[in-house]
Amino acid sequence: MTLRISRSQVQSGFTARVQRLADQNLMACYQCGKCSAGCPMAAYMDILPNQMIRLAQLGQEETLLNAEAIWLCVSCMTCNTRCPKGVRIAELIESLRQVRLRARQDHLQVDRLSPETLQAVPPIALIGSMRKFTS
Amino acid sequence: MKLSYYPGCTLKNHARNFEDSTLFAMGRLGVEAVELKRWNCCGTVYSLSADDLMRQVAPIRNLLRARESGHDRLMTGCAMCFNTLKRANNRVRSRPEDLERMNAFMYDEPLDYRGDVDVLHVLEVVRDQIGFDALRKQVVRPLEGLKVACYYGCLLVRPREVGIDDCENPTLLENLVTALGGEPVDFSHKTECCAAYQTLDKPEIVADRTYQILGAARGQGADLVAVSCPLCAFNLDQRQDLTLKRHPDFLGLPVMYFSQLMALALGGGEPELRLDFHHNPPGPLLAGKGLL
Ligand code: SF4
Ligand code: SF4
Repeated sequence: MTLRISRSQVQSGFTARVQRLADQNLMACYQCGKCSAGCPMAAYMDILPNQMIRLAQLGQEETLLNAEAIWLCVSCMTCNTRCPKGVRIAELIESLRQVRLRARQDHLQVDRLSPETLQAVPPIALIGSMRKFTS
Repeated sequence: MKLSYYPGCTLKNHARNFEDSTLFAMGRLGVEAVELKRWNCCGTVYSLSADDLMRQVAPIRNLLRARESGHDRLMTGCAMCFNTLKRANNRVRSRPEDLERMNAFMYDEPLDYRGDVDVLHVLEVVRDQIGFDALRKQVVRPLEGLKVACYYGCLLVRPREVGIDDCENPTLLENLVTALGGEPVDFSHKTECCAAYQTLDKPEIVADRTYQILGAARGQGADLVAVSCPLCAFNLDQRQDLTLKRHPDFLGLPVMYFSQLMALALGGGEPELRLDFHHNPPGPLLAGKGLL
């Protein structure tokens, strides 16, 4: 992947914003990759958790907010418990979803779910999805 | 022993088998679970945003309800409810300024919440308050010859500060199964996520996870997988059809709540186990082992 980094991106304030939302110091990450190695969703992600951290450090707002990966993470907390630097990756990914959701850009279209689906899934799945993927 | 009890929404419908077996087993062990007179959704997932105080109100209100009824402990069986309630509790305990703002928001509540209710999982009550030795003495139908793969999933053990056991290699459920006379098997996937609520948007990922998790359990010779979360149960059990569609070599495996195994060993039958709630029926397996 080619990455074009501009001064305006790095200085845009995006990094500070997600760090504040996640209450994390992303600069602590030393790119060991342990978070991605144990992530149950990594196989389906277009950008891996450790790459998300790097991109967030560099203010790559567009790439991150358009990544499918932020909607694949299920906050299973495996990465958080294993990171040798104590970085809470799940919190960063939640903050990326929040940037989108707070602009009312929902990921899940609840009104498009079929009545059969709504009947079949337990409330825990429905409410969990809505809390994570809708505003 | 009397404990206030928070069931959560899923135990009242899709997971009746979880609630009925839990209440029966705990009753046998001398625990009276007093359901909160009024309760609301726990929030299901703990909000991870630093500024998102609003989303902590739902779980905290439930703790307030326990306090209101004069209890200082709140027991729940659902791993998701447990995790959300306990994390919210930890948060307000460690940040008094957050608690103050929330109490101000809940001004119409007759009481303020003071962080003085402990959230307990049923499994903690069994291990710490009752004890496995006492449990063993109550067993009337030992689960002899039943090989169980114990599945913790995520929320019972992560993050560390709310987990009820070691986050990488928990053994609580294995100890429980042993106390019930069953045989826990080594299980590599015991804390691997089942893909959780992706079951709505991306059920095919759940199917892949189910294939791997149940495959690993089968590989160890397990007869069934024991769970403690209604979402894990749904994904591992109800998604077995889709799993077979995506993976033709998938063999399936019955999935049961740990509380059903307890109920069974403590003398419960069909009415307490509610085996009608299962997709892959455990009945034939249990009957084959002479347990039903
Ligand atoms: S595990 Fe921690 S230090 Fe390693 S790459 Fe992931 S965030 Fe960075
Ligand atoms: S919390 Fe998200 S990113 Fe971290 S391991 Fe789990 S699914 Fe992967």
